[in-house]
Amino acid sequence: MSKVRVLVGTRKGAFILESDGKREKWDVKGPHFTGWEVYHMKGSPADPNRLYASQTSGWFGQIIQRSNDGGETWETPGGGPTKSPQGWPQGESNKFVYDTSPETGKPLTTHQFYDGTQHPWEFKRVWHLEPSLTDPDTVYAGVEDAALFRSTDGGRSWQELAGLRGHGTGPKWQPGAGGMCLHTIIQDTKDPGRIYIAISAAGAFRTDDGGKTWKPINRGLRSEFIPDPTAEVGHCVHHIAMNPSRPGVLFMQKHWDVMRSDDAGDSWHEVSGNLPTDFGFAIDVHAHELETIYVVPIKSDSEHFPLDGKLRVYRSRTGGNEWEELAKGLPERHCYVNVFRDAMAVDSLDQCGVYFGTTGGQVYASADAGDHWAPIVRDLPPVLSVEVQTLRGTL
Amino acid sequence: MIRVILPFHLRTLARIDGEVEVEIEGAATQRSVLDALEARYPVLCGTIRDHVTRERRPFIRFFACEQDLSHESPDSPLPAAVAAGNEPFLVVGAIAGG
Repeated sequence: MSKVRVLVGTRKGAFILESDGKREKWDVKGPHFTGWEVYHMKGSPADPNRLYASQTSGWFGQIIQRSNDGGETWETPGGGPTKSPQGWPQGESNKFVYDTSPETGKPLTTHQFYDGTQHPWEFKRVWHLEPSLTDPDTVYAGVEDAALFRSTDGGRSWQELAGLRGHGTGPKWQPGAGGMCLHTIIQDTKDPGRIYIAISAAGAFRTDDGGKTWKPINRGLRSEFIPDPTAEVGHCVHHIAMNPSRPGVLFMQKHWDVMRSDDAGDSWHEVSGNLPTDFGFAIDVHAHELETIYVVPIKSDSEHFPLDGKLRVYRSRTGGNEWEELAKGLPERHCYVNVFRDAMAVDSLDQCGVYFGTTGGQVYASADAGDHWAPIVRDLPPVLSVEVQTLRGTL
Repeated sequence: MIRVILPFHLRTLARIDGEVEVEIEGAATQRSVLDALEARYPVLCGTIRDHVTRERRPFIRFFACEQDLSHESPDSPLPAAVAAGNEPFLVVGAIAGG
């Protein structure tokens, strides 16, 4: 028997939703970290009971939480209460300090601000945590202001992969409306040195040497709202998705436009096709059908809600361009929620499950690849992120 | 012995019930009290003061003896009643948002 665990980060805490492989009855656990924003939670592919969570607050800053039992209990790595004042090393699990050392070659301290001036890099929060594919103690963190950090000691301490900010285009990066965040981290499943990341509003970047050197991968993107619509950087990439079994093929929801790359991001072409609007945030790929992708069209960048108040997922089974509306079980009217970039995920059961969370606090699930939908929960705080773990042989 | 009262979220984070008492060596100042607090509860590092600059986070305030000490030098002596343990040193999350 298999089990599905859905990890939900919200504006007011974290929730864990669990079901058996039928995905009909759900056990809802939480809230964890009540009152704090939980931008993201994700489990280690190498040890599914190892979870990481980004807990953050405008008042109290950034906290990293870790669980070793699938979310039953949590700890702050290296930061727990001490038994004696001198008996414990100082906790650094919450410490994200930008690397300005000469060793990076280009100790970068400013980026472009909203008004076009240069502005100091200032850490605000962790948007996304991406555990290593092979080592439970190694985890990447995408942060605002945009940078990539890595921990190799289970989240106890963090070091910046400074080659990303320092590769040359950093001073041209600028914040999107949600801040200058590094929100997407994708590890290549066949090439351990290759990682893709995306930043709003700078674009997509790739390393082929484990994070030492980086290059922009934005050729083919066109953004009418920037001075040079085809610039090397400056594009507001909202999210990128990849099926792990085909790592060279990427799908992107840009601010406007749904895009596709078949060459590991070296070039992109638009696949928005017949979508009613190609603005949106979330995008994901079916676990088994490599050309089946999902988006949630949002009316516009001025009106962050579904067209005509009807919440819809759109599915393409042709790798883009030809899209079908998925409506069964979703609100038909008066629905004015948004679906954020990290709030859609798929499970890997034989009949692929698809999940997404809304700013209205609903988490919708489909156990049949999107044909039918039903809410698992309806009244959570606004959902910031949704991740899914498929746990085999655990029930 | 210095008495410290933390806001709800920091008490929860550090798994503290009620007041905290910290021992310090030398003068009782914001800096010495917070250093002792963070040494005892490392998870609080970065939640009250910035990790690098050690400056008070923007939405954190310090109060004691009905005085707002937020803009005092971190090395200024705390009120005698705090140093004597008669009054607590309060770390407060600013009321913001409305």
